[in-house]
Amino acid sequence: MERLSSPAELEKARKSIVSKRDAKKPCITVCSGTGCHAFGCEKVSTAFQNEIKRLGLEEKVDVRTTGCHGFCERGPLVVIRPRDIFYQRVSADDAAEIISETVLKNNVIDRLLYADPNTGKKIVHEHEVPFYAGQKRLVFGNNGYIDPSSIEDYLAVGGYAALGKVLSGIKPEAVIEEIKKSGLRGRGGGGFPTGIKWESCRNAPSPDGVRYIICNADEGDPGAYMDRSLLEGNPHSVLEGMLIGAYAIGGHEGYVYVRHEYPLAVKNVRLAIKQAEEYGLLGKNILGSGFDFSIRINRGGGAFICGESSALMASLEGKVGEPRAKYIHTVEKGLWEKPTTLNNVETWANVPLIINHGADWYTKTGTANSKGTKIFSLVGKVNNTGLVEVPMGITLKEIIYDIGGGIPGGKKFKAVQTGGPSGGVIPDSLINLPVDFDELTKSGSMMGSGGMIVMDEDNCMVDIAKYFIGFLEGESCGKCVPCREGLKRMREILDGISEGRGKEGDIDLLERLSTTLTDGALCALGSTAPNPVLSTIRYFRDEYEAHIKEKRCPAGVCKELITYQIIKEKCPGCGLCIKSCPAEAITSGGKKQPVILDQEKCIKCGACYDVCKLGAVKVS
Amino acid sequence: MVKLTIDGRECRAEEEKTILEVASENGIHIPTLCYHEEVSPYGACRLCMVEVTRKGRKRLVASCLYPVAEGLVVRTETPEVNNIRRTVIELLLARCPDSEVVQEMAHDLGVDKPIFSLEEDNHKCILCALCTRVCQEVVGVSAITLVNRGVDRQMATPFYDFSEVCIGCGSCSFVCPTRAISFEDVGDTRVITMPHVTMEFKLKKCSKCGKYWAPERQLEYIAKTAGIAPEAFDICPDCRD
Repeated sequence: MERLSSPAELEKARKSIVSKRDAKKPCITVCSGTGCHAFGCEKVSTAFQNEIKRLGLEEKVDVRTTGCHGFCERGPLVVIRPRDIFYQRVSADDAAEIISETVLKNNVIDRLLYADPNTGKKIVHEHEVPFYAGQKRLVFGNNGYIDPSSIEDYLAVGGYAALGKVLSGIKPEAVIEEIKKSGLRGRGGGGFPTGIKWESCRNAPSPDGVRYIICNADEGDPGAYMDRSLLEGNPHSVLEGMLIGAYAIGGHEGYVYVRHEYPLAVKNVRLAIKQAEEYGLLGKNILGSGFDFSIRINRGGGAFICGESSALMASLEGKVGEPRAKYIHTVEKGLWEKPTTLNNVETWANVPLIINHGADWYTKTGTANSKGTKIFSLVGKVNNTGLVEVPMGITLKEIIYDIGGGIPGGKKFKAVQTGGPSGGVIPDSLINLPVDFDELTKSGSMMGSGGMIVMDEDNCMVDIAKYFIGFLEGESCGKCVPCREGLKRMREILDGISEGRGKEGDIDLLERLSTTLTDGALCALGSTAPNPVLSTIRYFRDEYEAHIKEKRCPAGVCKELITYQIIKEKCPGCGLCIKSCPAEAITSGGKKQPVILDQEKCIKCGACYDVCKLGAVKVS
Repeated sequence: MVKLTIDGRECRAEEEKTILEVASENGIHIPTLCYHEEVSPYGACRLCMVEVTRKGRKRLVASCLYPVAEGLVVRTETPEVNNIRRTVIELLLARCPDSEVVQEMAHDLGVDKPIFSLEEDNHKCILCALCTRVCQEVVGVSAITLVNRGVDRQMATPFYDFSEVCIGCGSCSFVCPTRAISFEDVGDTRVITMPHVTMEFKLKKCSKCGKYWAPERQLEYIAKTAGIAPEAFDICPDCRD
């Protein structure tokens, strides 16, 4: 490929790519996101390729391995485009039939269709699947159409058009103005207005003119993987966002700081950088405009704290990844003391959209102070787990019930934890809460980077708080006293409560420690760390009190406070629980007689409870 | 120069200074354990937190790091500030119950009884990093560092062993606010005791009076960095003309 030397040449190249493609030609897209990889999607795509070769259909049918489609629960996912036929749980054995029946004869294979768990109705088209129908996939949508290793695929769907537009004569200040007007706020957790950040960075004095651009891809929240899927599935969109940002603030060097645990993301971004350089979209004199920008990848070493901007920059500089006070902002003195703009993956991926369609178009989606969409990783006790992109302002109820398909096993919804480990728990009573930056913060939680963990009646809120505080205790860098010592003490108190050693005053002490962290911790990890405790106390205080005063765990989770019992009337003595019990605490009570559970030997693992389909084991 | 108010008192200060420095210049006491004027501020102990109001916005900041600014209004004691200091000292008291300095400060802040279970084996170290900062920034050898993360954090030499680059100067001990590092010259040997390692250094004997007066490694280091002939240290300072 010859380097493109002007925006006009870029458009010409795009036209040439599109003209060589037949929009009507069947294309089998196989989701190759990390979730589908775990389900063995590679074998599926290989099977398709082999079958097409065998039938000599190379000219008539395309197979494309794409990034994550989001509906990870039902992987491996296959969509036959352009007809949009959606198959789920596809195996390599299905490939031949899909080609012979669906691709060649237009017949739909019923068994591979998605069935609505509530109505049982089979659904043929991807856009009609409730999981997708309720979403607005502006940022994430192209993931299902393009091969992340092909820059041509990205160009075919309009990629780098925003860069071309910007370099066709839009002044950097005007780009910043457009981003400011769009109301875009940082998707990594803080929610800081992106345009204002860029403006401050552009205006910050830099004697040698050096300004850095960083993409924060150190996504580390348990259960959250939207940035990973964006980088893996559509790396060029992130690079394009960074390029536009660099042009706007006057930066020439950029870094993608990505977790070491994301090898596919690293691979795809590395390839994308190389391709963009070959096309003249990165490097010197980009599209002949005189603008230079290069991007390097830096892999994180596995510390959660390195997602914090100042710790990330310290790590990039080769120092220990510890945060510093940001009284002098990183936009003024960031990486190597130079003005630095750091945005997260999803924020960067929003930028080309805004430039392409304009701020007025962008602001049509969202609420007063939260514009656009947000990608959430919807996980936990919900039928349809996966990545969902929704307009800001959508209610929790719509996400959990309409898109997520409700709670499995007919259980009752109890709460949803948003915002990652430092987020909070939002109870059932706030199910109609519109999801945006301000509403989530008001509820005692936060947007964070977009983790959304659904919990049902079987989740104990003390246990949840204990889990998250334990996580943060382990990830605290240990620099400041409130975070290092305070989290340890909070975890100890929570351990005590869940083990039946809770005492009067524990809740007050938790609240006092929380205030000390909120007010006194050095960085955002520490200052937001009490949220899981504060929000569970706020909404589930009675549950804490039941543990402390009555030594009872209402959800039946905290081992020291529960016993398992056999309901004799319901137990036919099938013995399934006997086999599952690792402590040999259950013995036969005779033929067709209820089994006998020895409380002395019981280790309260719950294996009998899980295995019994007759509900003959109860927790009390 | 900027004008600011600390506890109702108008102060004038140079722009690059921090609140803590300016308060100290004006005789206003702010407690701290991790600050020392010879090394860069670190902001770890959080005892020096104060309330600042700037452009109508109130927030709590670490005064050792926060730069003064025109019109800044600082209050060094508010209920929120006192809550942080009190809880921090309670946490440190539980961590290092044997440290007299922590005990005294706890007493001054109205904390007489520990509320958390007391820890053992922390050897009075509050992880303020003054020792590592002085070793790196002032001495310039980086013989010690902080290792591990979070609650497992420790001040240590590489591999908890004799540090090959340590010159035995004892600056770490000098700067340690809680006396977690001590040193003693016994005969011809200097013994530096740190929380997780004890190191011994041979002392140089004065060729005139016969007194052991400084670690040989330290003298070699000074000679090398200052470009002085090693023989210059054959005689101790007391015996020089």
